[in-house]
Amino acid sequence: MDGSGIRQALSMMNERGSGEGAGYAAYGIYPDYRDCYALHVFFDNIRENKPLLDSALAQWGTIEHDEAIPTYGRPDLRAVHTPWRYFFKPDPSLAPPGSAAPEDDIVSALVMQVNAARRGALIFSSGKDLGVFKAGGWPEDVADFYRIEDYEGYIWLAHNRYPTNTPGWWGGAHPFNLLDWSVVHNGEITSYGTNRRYIESFGYTCTMYTDTEVVAYLIDLLVRRHGLDVDLAVRALAPPFWEEIGRMPAAEREWNSALRLTYASAMMNGPFAIVAANREVMVGFTDRGKLRPMVVGECGDRLYISSEEAAIRAMEPRVESIRMPAAGEPVIGRVVA
Amino acid sequence: MIIGSLPPRYRVSVDPVRCMECGRCIENCAYGVFSRDGDRIQVNSRNCTACHRCIACCPRDAITLEEHPCDYRSHPLWTREAKEAIYNQARTGKIILAGMGNALDYPVIFDRLVLDACQVTNPSLDPLREPIELVTHLGKKPARLDLRRREGGDVELRTTLTPNLRIETPIMIGHMSYGAISLNAHLSMARAAKNTGTFMGTGEGGLHAALYPYQDRMIVQVASGRFGVNIDYLERGAAVEIKIGQGAKPGIGGHLPGEKVCADISRTRMIPEGSDAISPAPHHDIYSIEDLAQLVRGLKEATEWKKPVFVKIAAVHNVAAIAAGIARSPADAVVVDGFRGGTGAAPTVFRDHVGIPIEAAVASVDQKLRDQGIRNEISVIASGGIRGSADVAKAIALGADAVYIGTAALVAMGCRVCGNCYRGLCPWGIATQRPDLVARLNPDEASNHVANLIRAWTLELAELLGAAGINSIESLRGNRDRLRGYMLDEGLMQVLDVRSVGA
Repeated sequence: MDGSGIRQALSMMNERGSGEGAGYAAYGIYPDYRDCYALHVFFDNIRENKPLLDSALAQWGTIEHDEAIPTYGRPDLRAVHTPWRYFFKPDPSLAPPGSAAPEDDIVSALVMQVNAARRGALIFSSGKDLGVFKAGGWPEDVADFYRIEDYEGYIWLAHNRYPTNTPGWWGGAHPFNLLDWSVVHNGEITSYGTNRRYIESFGYTCTMYTDTEVVAYLIDLLVRRHGLDVDLAVRALAPPFWEEIGRMPAAEREWNSALRLTYASAMMNGPFAIVAANREVMVGFTDRGKLRPMVVGECGDRLYISSEEAAIRAMEPRVESIRMPAAGEPVIGRVVA
Repeated sequence: MIIGSLPPRYRVSVDPVRCMECGRCIENCAYGVFSRDGDRIQVNSRNCTACHRCIACCPRDAITLEEHPCDYRSHPLWTREAKEAIYNQARTGKIILAGMGNALDYPVIFDRLVLDACQVTNPSLDPLREPIELVTHLGKKPARLDLRRREGGDVELRTTLTPNLRIETPIMIGHMSYGAISLNAHLSMARAAKNTGTFMGTGEGGLHAALYPYQDRMIVQVASGRFGVNIDYLERGAAVEIKIGQGAKPGIGGHLPGEKVCADISRTRMIPEGSDAISPAPHHDIYSIEDLAQLVRGLKEATEWKKPVFVKIAAVHNVAAIAAGIARSPADAVVVDGFRGGTGAAPTVFRDHVGIPIEAAVASVDQKLRDQGIRNEISVIASGGIRGSADVAKAIALGADAVYIGTAALVAMGCRVCGNCYRGLCPWGIATQRPDLVARLNPDEASNHVANLIRAWTLELAELLGAAGINSIESLRGNRDRLRGYMLDEGLMQVLDVRSVGA
């Protein structure tokens, strides 16, 4: 799918935004650099900030290629950063001893380090064969600024922002990404303080001034580092109520209790609908009370998850089924080759 | 005459017009303030402790009580308390004892922290319509889970979890020993704990047979005197708590005077009748952190690793590092007791001057455990000066898993915090062993009062959580973003890791 469909879908929901931030994530867009980590970076000042990042990257691996992300001026979009992309191969021998995934560990540590240092460079996308494109503006302007219809992907995420906290800041727009995981989020996480303190004790650093960022890190922790299946990770983030757990058969009750006890601080509270994706799956889930909408559509082997049905119908007029999952019930789509 | 008599602390007066000479005040005052003089009630104010028993039982509201009716010349440094301590010690050459908690005028940090609520950007939740979960589990948790999917999709749990203590509300009743308080007080609180799905500490006085029906709601304490500790005692409790220190008197032991050691207490504590029960300052088998770990292991071994073991320490300057040491033992929870914690008796100099407030202690313990990646290894229980549901919410937001209440539970049974617990004459039947006084506390009624208090706070907690858009207590734990400091200094805000109001 090229990006034109999702651009149109998103524009159906302009009432949900304020023209101060929008973004897209696309998977499968860099087949030529499939084995490289595609680092998308906002530079505040190319001359001043880029040499620092270049040398940091060179220290940890090889830059196979780097270039400005092509952009096309829009009258309503004021470019405050220069978007750049690197195709980067980390040197696995530099990872801490005992690392199970040396390359991932290097890249995620680099992302944390660069973003926390705040030296005019923000790495906002760091996975393989995927990229996030975001900016301050209306969804159509952001799409046209990057000409996302020029990209062909097999998973697309998109988001239209109504900022309350950090308007105008490009880093604050969704999707948020770390390595393979990208996240878009409708809502506000009331447990952010608990989640942030939890995730930071595992070496993540929250740098984006927004609650959604922790979702990406939590999923990374639970799935990549703790090896949980995606649906179990989602269950840890939006677990069943104790009352429900009490009604489960013994074995199920045992592991569900264990999940709640162990990941109590990872549990997310407050109203949210979240869609997260990596290279193999796309998962949508809401808070346990479903205080934000989530609609799911299917058409052939395509899965659509959106805040509104209108967006799905705009993108897929022949959609075969539309449904609204129950609170906390995850919807998981797996990529079939 | 060198010093002479000091001005009386209180003046009690009986309004002769209202008084009907029923004599209830005479019967009820254990300190001998009232006596009958013909058809008049005589008052000896000097004996008064402001326990309010007479006021509470006077049918005609005829009694009034005034504090400091005759004061000294005011002086900011040479206060009444400073001068009277000197007079007292000049006469006796002894350590001054006092009851209840810290009586110095330190600022209360809880009162300079404010809670958050939702407006517009996220909806607040109504506990009457939506579930708000307060269930809390105390004990070690694994850092991660090994959950595998079997062929066919079943989930297999390969991590073995340590037994946790499940409480329906994050409020427990702390350790006050049978001996320091009466059996009826113990019974009342034990019933309340059972009825509200929470737990109560035995204190270091052993477990009286009358409490056996509530033993699955009792946390049995092992303190430095080892009173009442045997295998039967350990096996009866739902959990075991090692008491290293207490907030009211960090660094020192305890002393139950022989007069209080009646036949029942002698049996429960396993000491001779009439003998002083002295708890040494340290445990004489714990001279280091590894000795503590050994005792934790010993108690776990004795109870076949089925029961959580807690360790209680007084909040002292280095509390965070000590808690981190405890977290590395097999202990399941660390109880941090702040310097406002109550006591039956403590040297005033300790009660008022040693230790740190619970708010700062919990914040630094939680932070240290997180910095070291071992917060999951141990639960944190805060105690010492919890006065209401707002204090509970703030303690949890600062990082506690649950709280212990002590003084608040006694107040629910009538205690007026007069601070004369060590005299054994408590007219409310709480801190006394005199049978006629103990009989004044009816466990049927008093247990309802304590249970009501816990229920009321639980309801308020649910409302506070709902207003903050949080439907489960674990999302408040350590959620310092939902606190703001009001008129706190910069240094303290850094320790608490909270921002200022408006920020």
